[in-house]
Amino acid sequence: MRELLNDLDRWKAQGKQIALARVVDIEGSGPRDPGAAMAVNEDGEVIGSVSGGCVEGAVVAEALAILNGDKQPKLVKFGYSDDEAFAVGLTCGGIIHLFIQPLTW
Amino acid sequence: MSLYELFSERTRANKPVALATVIDGPNIGAMLLVTPNDAAQGTLGNAELDRVVARDTQGELEAGRTSVRHYGPEGQTTPEDLVNTPTVRVFIDAFSPPPTMVIFGAVDFTSALARVAKVLGYHVLVCDAREVFATKRRFPMADEVLVTWPAPLFAERGAQLTQRDAVCILTHDPKFDVPAVVGALATNVGYIGVMGSRKTHAKRVERLVEAGVTDEQLLRLMSPIGLDIGARTPEETAISICGEIIARRTGRGAPSLRDGDGPIHK
Repeated sequence: MRELLNDLDRWKAQGKQIALARVVDIEGSGPRDPGAAMAVNEDGEVIGSVSGGCVEGAVVAEALAILNGDKQPKLVKFGYSDDEAFAVGLTCGGIIHLFIQPLTW
Repeated sequence: MSLYELFSERTRANKPVALATVIDGPNIGAMLLVTPNDAAQGTLGNAELDRVVARDTQGELEAGRTSVRHYGPEGQTTPEDLVNTPTVRVFIDAFSPPPTMVIFGAVDFTSALARVAKVLGYHVLVCDAREVFATKRRFPMADEVLVTWPAPLFAERGAQLTQRDAVCILTHDPKFDVPAVVGALATNVGYIGVMGSRKTHAKRVERLVEAGVTDEQLLRLMSPIGLDIGARTPEETAISICGEIIARRTGRGAPSLRDGDGPIHK
């Protein structure tokens, strides 16, 4: 998350709503380790990454749904065993667990 | 100050800090900010849970490790206590300061190695006793350029070096190499690489033994430095050295992935 701080500070100064997504667990092979983070603001701008580019699009959609919806944090999973996998799965066949939360803290 | 501001400030100052976040169970999204010495900030919704998680988080900070841990809503950790209670899953995201790479010798290989080390996230320190060579102008990518001899440098910084850190000795000059190796061996640094041909190293070993270095200590030295990838230029050599540092840390033999089997990430 260290590499996101400059942009996060700027977004916060501009009063933007922000959702933060962090990799919390990996099963099998995963491109990024736990702790990898990305953030999405209310305008749909994106910084950081949580995979090798396989699931970022889906994470943006989840993040915006949280910001535009009930603003509740959410644990989501992407991977081979999911039905969704064929749409947004990891090419390396692992399962990635992400925690997405509004950055209101 | 908000938790984010505290986190941002400490991270920018390269001070260790961790965020413990409830990712499942009661109070999902609740957070605790933990540092090695100060009281934790924020709450996970229960004082005892806060205390137990802060304690565990400090351990993870020391190890520089990120993990998910399971607790009862009141901080229960033993399996018996966890029966019939909802589980609180806590994500511990630990941010330790970047590792340090000390490079001895202000030569062409140094500038290439400093650049690659920066890509890997190291705090890079270049050290040479020759004032005309050890300049910030020649090594703009280094975080620090010090004009000094190895002994005073290790006297000042040696105790702070850990398994995560690396010392690379690129000088090729016995009067600098020997004290640099002796100084590095007295620390807990995880990697010590020394540049030079096999012949140079054999001569260096004689001098090191004269200086009181034991056979067991000599085993810690990676010399000739780097992986055998046929590197010739300073840049290729820098990649070979950094590849070796990674392989030593992970305990891998560094063959091509194609020629092995089993999982890529362990």
